[in-house]
Amino acid sequence: MKTLIKGGAMALLLLSSTALRADEEADLVINEEIEITVRTDAPEHLENLRTIYSGWVYRSDETQSLQMDDFENPGMIFVDDALETWAMADGTEGKSCADCHGDAESLVDVRGSYPKWNDEAEEVRTLAMQINGCRTEQMGAEAWKYDGGDMLNMEALISSVGRGTPVNVAIDGPAQSAWELGRELYYTRTGQLDLSCANCHEDNYGNNIRADHLSQGQINGFPTYRLKNAKLNGVQSRFRGCVRDTRAETYAVGSDEFIALELYVASRGNGLSVEGPSVRN
Amino acid sequence: MAENVKPRVRVPRDATAGEVITIKTLISHPMESGLRKDGDGNLIPRSIINRFTCDFNGQNVIDVTLEPAISTNPYFEFETVVPESGAFEFTWYDDDGSVYTDTKEIAVN
Amino acid sequence: MKLTRRHTLMLAMGSAAAAMLPLRASAAAEEAIAAFTGGAEVGTGGLTLTAPEIAENGNTVPISVDAPGAEAIMIFAAGNPTPAVATFTFGPLAASQMASTRIRLAGTQDVVAVARMADGSFVEARQEVKVTIGGCGG
Repeated sequence: MKTLIKGGAMALLLLSSTALRADEEADLVINEEIEITVRTDAPEHLENLRTIYSGWVYRSDETQSLQMDDFENPGMIFVDDALETWAMADGTEGKSCADCHGDAESLVDVRGSYPKWNDEAEEVRTLAMQINGCRTEQMGAEAWKYDGGDMLNMEALISSVGRGTPVNVAIDGPAQSAWELGRELYYTRTGQLDLSCANCHEDNYGNNIRADHLSQGQINGFPTYRLKNAKLNGVQSRFRGCVRDTRAETYAVGSDEFIALELYVASRGNGLSVEGPSVRN
Repeated sequence: MAENVKPRVRVPRDATAGEVITIKTLISHPMESGLRKDGDGNLIPRSIINRFTCDFNGQNVIDVTLEPAISTNPYFEFETVVPESGAFEFTWYDDDGSVYTDTKEIAVN
Repeated sequence: MKLTRRHTLMLAMGSAAAAMLPLRASAAAEEAIAAFTGGAEVGTGGLTLTAPEIAENGNTVPISVDAPGAEAIMIFAAGNPTPAVATFTFGPLAASQMASTRIRLAGTQDVVAVARMADGSFVEARQEVKVTIGGCGG
């Protein structure tokens, strides 16, 4: 069995059949007003792709329609939770998010630019790190668990107010070395199955691996409500799952490797719209 | 005991007398089926919303019996007539005895 | 049906659509339906069941039933551990006898809807929904 898997399994497992009825040509407009770019020209740095697609286009008709309306979208109930948290004071300074930021809508341009370099902290920060930065440094509050419920809800809120804005993360300047590390990780084969991210998401998007319809692995829709576990999922938790699925020792959430990978994968989606919270398998 | 259970209801704000409107309801609830096992291999006991009703000015629109096969965060969509102005009452009954409610007013013009 | 990893892999490699082997409708399903109908004869027609041909994920499958003139509609998942899924009883203000919801399906199986009409008769509609095992994400 082992040799079968290592050898030609890839070819056997991948099928071009459209097992699930997915309309890859469909357009996404949310609440009949927010236009989401789900396909566009690949950014310049991405040499092997000409067009990039959001994961939304690969899902079944029913799943696609769940995201088209904020009431149908089960991820939005978590945004409501976050709105309550937004207004509540927390920490030694007695401040709430609202005290500094006003309405959550004011953060419209935030999601599309993360992960990004933070000058003061001298590090690349993901949105979760920045949220915890605000909490610990400005609010005197306790940091949230990186992929815990509170954090994911707040990421969903900040993503939701940015829907329709373009993903546009910087890949040069102080962020460049992290970006290059991320790119290297993306193209490196790992695990017993000897697979890299690119093997599935760059070489075989649109094909089926068993019954799963492969996407390009874009993360513009994170955090995402997965039908599989009926809750919000963060991007680094998904990375952990992917690496584990190649039967490799997976990295920790919040690790330097995953921060670099998140920056790189985000940049592969530069030009797509911020879409979260999205609905996926 | 389910935590953080929140109902969400979508009802149009107004309608003409006798108009048919679509109501959509959602409630955040894990709907623990009673079939899952925890880390130690013990069955997690069933704990679900087992009934949902919608009434308008005292008259029933729909009465739903739910079993564990209803997905997490139960969602229902149905149609109702709006004979006059008034309020829709939505009620969800939990296995543990809790009752969650929501009210939406509608004006008939 | 206990599927080991080996079995699953072999099944998947053998089949084109990689759809899970269907769960046989249990006797419990027929019993549950009989409990709803009181053993009465069940006809067809006048009841529409809308469900996807292939479910993206068995955890959340959107379905819809519509039976103009029905008093109540009961939904069964014939292959689930417990077949009963939901019963919709329509009140005097219901504009139509239509309802949509999202259900859990343990595997490929028939989803059955049975409606009790106003005259006491029963009609049924059933559709097979394929529930697949994902490759990596699923």
